Amino acid sequence: MIVVRTLRMLAVCYWLHLKMLAASVFEGIFQVIWPLYFATVAFLVYGQSDDPKVLVYAGLGAAVMGIWSVVTTTASGLLQRERWHGTLELLVASPTRFAFILVPITTAMASLGLFSLGSTLLWGWLLFGVAVPIADPVLFVVSILVAVFSIALLGFLLSVAVVRYRTAWAMGNLLEYPGWLLCGFLIPLTLFPTWVNWISYLLPPTWGMRAIRESASGGSPWVDILLCLGVGLAYGLVGTLLSETVLRSARRNATLSLT
Amino acid sequence: MTSLRIFFVGGLISFRALFNWLSPWIYIPSLLVAPIVQILLFAYMGRSAGVGSDAFYVIGNAVQYSAIPCLFAMANTVAGERWTQTLGIVLVTPARRIPLFLGRSLPVLANGWLVSMFSLVVGSLLLGVSIPASAWLPLALVVAIAAASCTGLGLANAAIGLRVRETAVMSNVLFGLLLIFCGANIALSALPGWMAAVGHWLPLSHAIAAARDLASGASLGDVSGLLWQEVGLGVLYGAFGLLMLRVFEFEGRRRATLEIQ
Repeated sequence: MIVVRTLRMLAVCYWLHLKMLAASVFEGIFQVIWPLYFATVAFLVYGQSDDPKVLVYAGLGAAVMGIWSVVTTTASGLLQRERWHGTLELLVASPTRFAFILVPITTAMASLGLFSLGSTLLWGWLLFGVAVPIADPVLFVVSILVAVFSIALLGFLLSVAVVRYRTAWAMGNLLEYPGWLLCGFLIPLTLFPTWVNWISYLLPPTWGMRAIRESASGGSPWVDILLCLGVGLAYGLVGTLLSETVLRSARRNATLSLT
Repeated sequence: MTSLRIFFVGGLISFRALFNWLSPWIYIPSLLVAPIVQILLFAYMGRSAGVGSDAFYVIGNAVQYSAIPCLFAMANTVAGERWTQTLGIVLVTPARRIPLFLGRSLPVLANGWLVSMFSLVVGSLLLGVSIPASAWLPLALVVAIAAASCTGLGLANAAIGLRVRETAVMSNVLFGLLLIFCGANIALSALPGWMAAVGHWLPLSHAIAAARDLASGASLGDVSGLLWQEVGLGVLYGAFGLLMLRVFEFEGRRRATLEIQ
C-alpha cells in the first residue's frame, strides 16, 4: 500500500510540475530555442567538414544537449524558487520524504528537454538536411528515457547541494557549457586528455549519449544504459543523504525560509 | 553640471545596484569562467571538425562574449528598476534622458571590455594561442569599440524592456543571434549569403574581423575601415535605442503600463 501511495505521489508531483513548467514561456519555449542556437552553430561548423558522418554525429549530440541545459539551468534554482513562492516550508513539513518531492520535479525539468530533442532533430533535418538514422527505435527511446532520468537525478543532487546559496542560479548556468564540452555531445572524448575523460565518465550524460549513439547506429547500448543508470542512481543516493543533512541543518539554524 | 552628475554618479550607482553585489562572487562564474568555457567548447568543436584555428575561436568568442554583460546589464537598467519598483520614480524625475541612460551605459561598456579582454588573455594562454605583443594595444581598442557597439544594441534592448517583461529572454535571444550571425565561430564568408548580409548589420561582426586581422599581424590602419563600420553601427543602434526609450516611456505613461510586473 505504501508503495502504491508513493508511486501515485511521484506521478502526481511529476505531472503537476511538468504542467507548471510547460505553462511558463521562459521555461517552455526558450528552453527549446536556446539549444537550437548552439545546434545551428554546430551544424554550420561541422557543415564545413568534408565528412558527412560528422554532421549526423553533431545532429544527434546537439539534440540531446537540451536535456542537460534545461536541468542545469533550472534545477539549481529549484529550492530558491520554492522559497520565493513560500512553499518550501510546506514541502519540508509534509510527511513525504524530501527526496521524493524533488526527484519528480527535476525529472519534469529534464522531460522538457525532450521538446528540445525533437525540435533540434527537426531543425537539423529541415534546415541542414541532416537526417539522423535510427537503427533501433525501441532501444533509442529506452536510452533517451534512461538519460533523462539520470540527468534528473544529477539535477536533484545539484538542487540540494546549492540550497544554502541564494545565488545558486549562477552555479547552474555555469555548469551548462562544461556539460556540453565534457559529455561527448558535440566533441569526441578522444580529443581530451585522459584526466578530463575521467571527469566525463563521472557524468551520467556521457553514458547516456553513448547509449543513444549506439542504439541509433545499431550497436548494443545495454552496457552504456546500465552505466548511465548506475551513475545517475549514485547521484540520487548522495542527493538523498545530503538533503536529509541540509534539512536538519536548516531546521536547527532556522534558515529554511532565508531569502 | 547636473547632467554630468547624472551621467557619472547615476550611472555608477545604477551599475552597482544592477548586479546586486551583496554577493560579488556571481561575477566570477557568470562573467569570467563562462566565456572561457565557451571558448573551449567552440575551439574543441573546431578541432573536432577540422575547421578553423584555435586563434579563430578564441578571438571570435572572447569579443562576442561582451554581448552578455552589455545586453543583460542594459536591459536590467529598466527591468531592475521595475523589479525594485523604482522605475516610476526614475522616470518621473526631470533628469534629461540622454545623460540618464548613457550614464548607465558607460560602466556597462567598461565591464564588457574587461570581460572580453580577460577572455582573450586567458583563452589564449589555455589554448596556447600566440598573439604578437604589438597587437595587444590595438586589440584593446578594438574590444572597447566592440563593447561600445554592443552597448548600443543593449540600449535598444533596454527600450524593449519598457514593453516586455521577460528581458532575460530577449537578451538571450539577441546573444544567440550574435553567436550565429556575427562571425564568432563561422567566418562571414562561410555563412550563407543572407546570413552574412544580416551579420554585416549586427554589432561585433566588424570588430571580430578586425581583431582577427590584428592578431594575424595587420596594423590598426589596415583595419580602420572595419572599425569605422563598427563605430557607425554602434552609434546607429545606440541612437535608435535612445529614441525607442523615449517613445516607449511616453507610451508607458499614456497606457499606465510602466510598472506592470
